[in-house]
Amino acid sequence: MTASAPLHLKVNGVPLERSVPPNRILLDLLREDLNLTGTKRGCDLGTCGCCTVLLDGVPTLSCLTLARLAEGAEVTTIEGLGEHGELTALQRAFVEHGATQCGFCTPGFLLAATALLRDHPTPSRQEIQEALSGNLCRCTGYVKILEAVEAACRTGLPAPSP
Amino acid sequence: MAKSASGPAVPPHPLAPASGKGYRLIGRRLPLVDAALKVTGRAEYTDDLKRPGLLVGRLLKSTQAHARIAGVDVSAARALPGVAAVLTGRRFPTPFGVLPMTHDETALAVEKVRHYGEWVAAVAAVDEETCEKALRRIEVRYEPLPVYDDPGVSERPVTEKIHARALRDTNIQKEVFQHFGDVPRAFQEAFAEVKVQGRFAGVNHGFTEPHCVLAEASPDGRLTVWSATQVPHYLLRALSEVLGLPLHRIRVIKPEVGGGFGGKSDPFPHEIACAALAVETGRPVKLLLDREDVFYVNHGRHPTRNLVRLAADEKGTFTALDVEALLDGGAFSSFGVVTTYYNGVLALGPYRLPSFRYHGVRAYTNHPPSGAMRAHGGTNIRYSLEMAVDALAERLGRDPVALRLQNLLPADTQTVNEFRITSNGAEACLLAARDRSRWRERFRQLPYGEGIGVACGFYISGSNSPIHFTPRFPQSTVHLKVDVDGGVTIHSGAADIGQGSKTLLAQVVAEVLGIRMDRTRVAAVDSDTAPVDLGSYSSRVTFMMGNAAKRAAEELREALAQAAGDILGEPPAGLVFEDERIHRDGSPEVGVDFLAAVHRAMEHRGALVASGSYESPPMGGTFKGAKAGTAPAYSFSAYVSQVKVDLETGFVDVKKVWAAFDCGRPLNPLAVEGQIEGSIHMGLGQLLSESMDYRGARLMNPSLLDYKILAPQQMPEVECLLVGGEDPEGPFGAKEAGEGPLIPVLPSVGAAVHDALGIRFLDLPLTPDKVFRALERARREGTARKPPLPGETREG
Repeated sequence: MTASAPLHLKVNGVPLERSVPPNRILLDLLREDLNLTGTKRGCDLGTCGCCTVLLDGVPTLSCLTLARLAEGAEVTTIEGLGEHGELTALQRAFVEHGATQCGFCTPGFLLAATALLRDHPTPSRQEIQEALSGNLCRCTGYVKILEAVEAACRTGLPAPSP
Repeated sequence: MAKSASGPAVPPHPLAPASGKGYRLIGRRLPLVDAALKVTGRAEYTDDLKRPGLLVGRLLKSTQAHARIAGVDVSAARALPGVAAVLTGRRFPTPFGVLPMTHDETALAVEKVRHYGEWVAAVAAVDEETCEKALRRIEVRYEPLPVYDDPGVSERPVTEKIHARALRDTNIQKEVFQHFGDVPRAFQEAFAEVKVQGRFAGVNHGFTEPHCVLAEASPDGRLTVWSATQVPHYLLRALSEVLGLPLHRIRVIKPEVGGGFGGKSDPFPHEIACAALAVETGRPVKLLLDREDVFYVNHGRHPTRNLVRLAADEKGTFTALDVEALLDGGAFSSFGVVTTYYNGVLALGPYRLPSFRYHGVRAYTNHPPSGAMRAHGGTNIRYSLEMAVDALAERLGRDPVALRLQNLLPADTQTVNEFRITSNGAEACLLAARDRSRWRERFRQLPYGEGIGVACGFYISGSNSPIHFTPRFPQSTVHLKVDVDGGVTIHSGAADIGQGSKTLLAQVVAEVLGIRMDRTRVAAVDSDTAPVDLGSYSSRVTFMMGNAAKRAAEELREALAQAAGDILGEPPAGLVFEDERIHRDGSPEVGVDFLAAVHRAMEHRGALVASGSYESPPMGGTFKGAKAGTAPAYSFSAYVSQVKVDLETGFVDVKKVWAAFDCGRPLNPLAVEGQIEGSIHMGLGQLLSESMDYRGARLMNPSLLDYKILAPQQMPEVECLLVGGEDPEGPFGAKEAGEGPLIPVLPSVGAAVHDALGIRFLDLPLTPDKVFRALERARREGTARKPPLPGETREG
């Protein structure tokens, strides 16, 4: 498919202008073109949540999103969490509470949870489960992920997403 | 800490730290050493890697379940601009497989295809689009053959054998007969006997990272393969056999692996095919499977039918166990010989069974191949056995916990089939789960529709029989290197697949050397530098790699104690390693820094190296199949689960699981809990919703949309009770915790549903439609009520 008019977007706070074929999905733009490989490809069908990024702050499955739909938008990937190499409270909580094992689902969970805590700083357990219900983890049984999100609420809010 | 079988009545508080020896790191809740990389997206998985001149590889799937390949025309595909190579099965036809005696897979189908989705051709091209175009231009002519989609048909005479190596004129891949004691007589003399017939759908590992491999053939004649594998060493061997390259010219690198659970433990056709494309083109090729492919490659838990008969005397003491199992092996052997044995012999703990008979059959079908999956071979037999124990307790009017306690094996004993049992925390597990769950107040006493159930578990802590290896070689070796910078590099061939083996290496080495964990760095896995480890399967890594790492660190400590002793003028034997110093015991001021000792030891010698290894002791009987299931230690477990069944919809809601587990000394309770919680998630998936659904030989649900893994809101509350004592041979007293924790969750929930409804479900998964239909029948027949409460439960 041929490239057409350039796409403008901000990725992790950095403005970009790119020529992108109309059939390019956001996941490929991030992983292949921009080398942001923290966003994972787990199913290509929107069923696992591993490719979750924030599109204007909203958790979005990048495998089901055409890159062109991000025109004018701000995309936040796992590489965009935290500032100056510091982990966010949520990332720290994931480390300390054993919320990551194989780590493949972790970026997706972190982005979904970041959006949740931005809008609801003190969610109930049920609200956390609902907010993360689009993300599958096969290692942890979710227990430590939920504990980590709750711990992050107690210790401090994550940095607001750009 | 709890003692083993004769343990105390009151279990220690959950997560009580391992006692006694003043370890600084062992027994502590430590985050994984690679967690920071994983929460920042910096951990590198195979699909994240790029190489100069990288080509894309793609594979063509069979559209037939069983057919002779009359011809493959690849000329149009080869002619397409941008295509670098097109391969068919005849180019590299050497069969391979994980077990040396059953090599029956090929990189690409050679003369016939044996399941829908089997790879028939491979393409390497400049990009994905060109690959897809090329695949569409390949013409395969198939001559259909009779299709076998039922192991019950496959075990009888067939007109077209799926493999020539199948037994007699059937499709049987492996058949096992075992008999210990006199089972027919025990049943004749039994006071009571129960019979349970279990039926289990196949399940898939469902790891989140699809299979991915990158291969590069370089002009110096070497082949490098990066792969998401649990067993780099077996991959290396399979590549060598099929491609005809000597082992030393192949290098296998394992990047981060996004989950395995047994599903990345075989050497796989796509790994060989990708390497073949690299050899053919002389360029790097990356091959990523999509989710549908992952389901067709499968190697998941076998669809199983089993029959368990259990006999007991008038006191409720078990006298005989008789097991039959029929396994749907799918199209290839994989670990099948082992699976067939395990589906019988892993029933031989934790109960004393004076007689045992087993007949197991694994038959080839035209389904995608079955293989090893977490708690391999121990899961389905355990469900049926524990449901039989539950039924026996009901028959005898006994409390199911008390009946189990009465029948446990002691520590330091031998089973009827000559398994060597050493440490055994089964009793401590049962007592902990019983007491923490307030069993006596709940069993049979919750309202109709709510229930509580108990089950035990038992699993190998590392297979004693190494695959592919002369037993004179160790199963695990670890190398250490320390140079002028004072950092300790740990070389290991053990595959961290998320379970935390890298963390364990750092922890063990840092404990022995009295240094901080961040002074170590784990180099795993690169076959050029790592000593061989047999990989992450059979729940072997903590026990075997842990022991090897401990011995390597002890060797290094000796050299450093000598050097420190020289500096201090102290006898090395009296020196203590702690807080990054080496000093006289009781006098920290008489000491040197770790780095000073390193530098002294390096004088006129250079970097220090040390090596440690683990080899399991000889064990097991001399009869055929005696080694299957032998292990240097076994984990024990007892879970109590509580459920609430929606009487309108049949939906089973698991509320809570009290998971008592004996993994010996938990080296890192945070990681052990993670294994238990994850195992419960996976076990509940198989119990409640996961199922490889076939229509004939066609898989109907090869996606995570239709294959239902539990979501966050479906997980019960989990209380982990780590109650094991020290194992005499495990590193720092530890045993496995990676697979055993899955086993008891299925039958404990099965028993809880029986307590809730008075119905024992023996056909998994236990989906709402099945529960609803059984409820309707019970209502019609007037049997919709709780089973009776045994007097023993409340008396305890």
